[in-house]
Amino acid sequence: MTDIVSIVPRQTVKPLLEVKNLVTEFPLRTGIFKAVNDISFAIEPGKTLCVVGESGSGKSVTARSILQIVDQPGRIASGSIILNRQDGTSLDLAKLDPRSKAIRAVRGRDISMIFQEPMSSLSPVHTVGDQITEVLRLHLSMSKAEARKEAAELLRQVEIPNPEQALDRYAFQYSGGMRQRAMIAMALACKPQLLIADEPTTALDVTTQAEILDLIKRLQQTTGMAVLFITHDMGVVAQIADDVLVMHHGVVKEYGPVDQIFHSPQDPYTKMLIGSVLKLEQKAEIRLARPPLDTSAEPILDIRNLSMHFGEMKALNDVSISLLPGETLGIVGESGSGKTTMGRSIMRLYDPTAGEMHYRRANGQVVDLAKLEGAELKAARRELRMVFQDPFGSLNPRMTVAQVIGEPLLVNGIMKGKALDDKVCHLMEQVGLDPAGRERYPHAFSGGQRQRIGIARAITLNPRIIVADEATSALDVSVRFQVLDLLMRLQDELKLAYIFISHDIGVIRYMCDRVGVMYRGRLVEVGEAEKVCNNPDHAYTQALISAIPRPDPRDRDRSRRFRYVEPANTDTSNVKNGSSAR
Amino acid sequence: MLKFIVKRLLWMIPSLFAVSFLAFVLIQLPPGDFVTTYIATLASSNEVIDQNTAAQLRERFGLDQPMLVQYLKWVWGILSRGDFGMSFEWQQPVSGLIWERMALTLVLALASLIATWAIALPIGVYSAVKKYSIGDYAFTAFTFFGLSIPSFLLALVLMYVAAVEFGADVGGLFSQEYETASWSIAKMLDLLSHLWLPVAILAVSSTASLIRVMRANMLDELPKPYVTTARAKGLSEFRLLVKYPLRIALNPFISTIAWLLPNLISGSVVVAIVLNLPTAAPLLLQSLMAQDMYLAGAFVLLICALTLIGSLISDILLALVDPRIRLE
Repeated sequence: MTDIVSIVPRQTVKPLLEVKNLVTEFPLRTGIFKAVNDISFAIEPGKTLCVVGESGSGKSVTARSILQIVDQPGRIASGSIILNRQDGTSLDLAKLDPRSKAIRAVRGRDISMIFQEPMSSLSPVHTVGDQITEVLRLHLSMSKAEARKEAAELLRQVEIPNPEQALDRYAFQYSGGMRQRAMIAMALACKPQLLIADEPTTALDVTTQAEILDLIKRLQQTTGMAVLFITHDMGVVAQIADDVLVMHHGVVKEYGPVDQIFHSPQDPYTKMLIGSVLKLEQKAEIRLARPPLDTSAEPILDIRNLSMHFGEMKALNDVSISLLPGETLGIVGESGSGKTTMGRSIMRLYDPTAGEMHYRRANGQVVDLAKLEGAELKAARRELRMVFQDPFGSLNPRMTVAQVIGEPLLVNGIMKGKALDDKVCHLMEQVGLDPAGRERYPHAFSGGQRQRIGIARAITLNPRIIVADEATSALDVSVRFQVLDLLMRLQDELKLAYIFISHDIGVIRYMCDRVGVMYRGRLVEVGEAEKVCNNPDHAYTQALISAIPRPDPRDRDRSRRFRYVEPANTDTSNVKNGSSAR
Repeated sequence: MLKFIVKRLLWMIPSLFAVSFLAFVLIQLPPGDFVTTYIATLASSNEVIDQNTAAQLRERFGLDQPMLVQYLKWVWGILSRGDFGMSFEWQQPVSGLIWERMALTLVLALASLIATWAIALPIGVYSAVKKYSIGDYAFTAFTFFGLSIPSFLLALVLMYVAAVEFGADVGGLFSQEYETASWSIAKMLDLLSHLWLPVAILAVSSTASLIRVMRANMLDELPKPYVTTARAKGLSEFRLLVKYPLRIALNPFISTIAWLLPNLISGSVVVAIVLNLPTAAPLLLQSLMAQDMYLAGAFVLLICALTLIGSLISDILLALVDPRIRLE
């Protein structure tokens, strides 16, 4: 522990915030859980410290400990948090009562905080203006009119158009990026010396994320505030950090300047984190080792002019793409681009408004999935399975793992009793789970294990196509690879074709053969994964790629980044037929 | 918004017709009619009525006509003259009978409602904020008692205690000398001195359930990120509670208005009978037992109208209070 602290090189300026040997614990029935265990760090004025770690590393609790807003029943057990104010006074925040006046005077004024989910972090029944003026009136004792004027100015500062009108609107009337801007405006209202940002861009699309990061950087330069930035995304760290604190299971693994962390990491855990990010920069080894696909084969699925409208909203607009046997087709796009609708339409969870989906069955017979009904649809559905995003929500908590995995066999009347049990054990071994745990319930498994259960369920009926909708988005990076590698291994073993839906270009590049890029219900570009991810043709794809934070602190060129503005006539840019675009 | 209100009001018309017809049919479904009941009552005091007199009575009340004709006549009377018909049993216009009782019903219902909310909401918030504290457990114990003791039993016990131990005058809402007197300050005071017992009895079980609901609502809201945001702004714990989670936790209560209104009439029948309260509920029960169709029909119609109006009011209020409903 002490050798880690001694790495801190510069002590020329008096740090704004010094955290020493902080321990935050949660009393549980089974004992005391130390969410943050003896960590120390310091932030200098105007600098950015990034705290990185996977879920459960204690990074959020660290941030909340500083403001004494740890959720019940957590409490700071020992250590100190010294805040050195500009006027020369110092205050140990760890010694203050969480409900005391002294700590309340620091919150929102000296140190303010923004959170991950801008929607739920703003009150749904109060206007944005109300929530911003509240801070101003509280700490700066402004009058209502003054506070309103100042709040409009703040919204202007975070580049919200028509700030006067925006004040009287509610959070749900804002877009995701706008909400986070409003949160930032609220946090900056009293010109704090330190801004704590707890995963502020995780819920946002990459292009929005890039804008928010730029905004924070710019505000930091003009106001000279320090930023404590909590994230799990090493790319973001590389782009914005001065110093980095790597956390794992409540302890500090490594602490030092960003360049050192990325280019000469000392700790094995840090090395693993950096390694897994760099891995996403290229194609998977399993993929490279595989013989090239037979591109002359008849497509297993041929989607032609597929449209899906929800009322006025065209979630899918004239999409055509094909899938070869054994191929992994990536579908990439931002939220609202229609990629999930596409996956669900293929599964016929939706009835498409128009278009055809020609599926070639194992015996060579071609059926149109868009038109199938009754028994034929049921038969086809057995050969098309889905893996979902949320490993927690997609498994019935009241069914044992054996029931979850065996259910498709049981309901289709294929197997029961001993044969079913043997099959379940075999499937669990196939996805790398110990069959001994098959009588346990999903809550006993970690996120990665649950996703393996979901995959086992998907391959139960020997499907030929698997639609994976953001299958690895909810997983930590270290687990993500294991699941991706598992999917690729199964693909080769079982001769599966994948439709892999993701917003993460890295994941797509790692495992896909071809990629389709979606934008507002349209497929704007289809091509080899290598080409689309590294050298795209369409302006939207270029903008998307440019917004992805590069995991290298020496490569911080923001000038390359630009936002895609849709041309007036969109039809010209629409790829009509994916199979012909090969 | 206006369009929505007009649409809802128009929808109320067919609903009211359907319900009134159903009510009319249901009241007539049991074998016999008011005259049969009347004869049975007289027979128990050894008075015998022959077939002819019975037929005459039926003709006088219009009970000899087919049911549909009776219904149409009744509805026509309401629509054209606002006449809800005569009560067979009381030999008085139905509307007069109902209105007479409505004022006191309203007083009692409002008094117990205010008592319930005033006690339950703060306790519910306290229980949620201090979850698993001694205070929370004490209130939880109270609420379980309050919910599990039948209110008529509570009424009997409290009546006994009040009458025997304290010599209070229980039963009814007035002392004998004021029962028929016209309204005066003295009568008001008399009413207040009688009101506390029924209010306390009626409030116990609803307070108990409301505390649980409020506690659950608050517990849902307290861990929400917007509460943490407010805390991170430096708001004091009390101000923060009142402004954010409490405000949102109260929204579900607005929906309860929908069933508060009909409860004015049909609620707490048993307690009202046990305590001999001159409210609407015992009258409703009596009219149903005696197959006094016009009186019962008018009651059912009123309950239905109040339900519809109540849900309209709560929908409008909810939209006014919650911008998500108003604007999305």
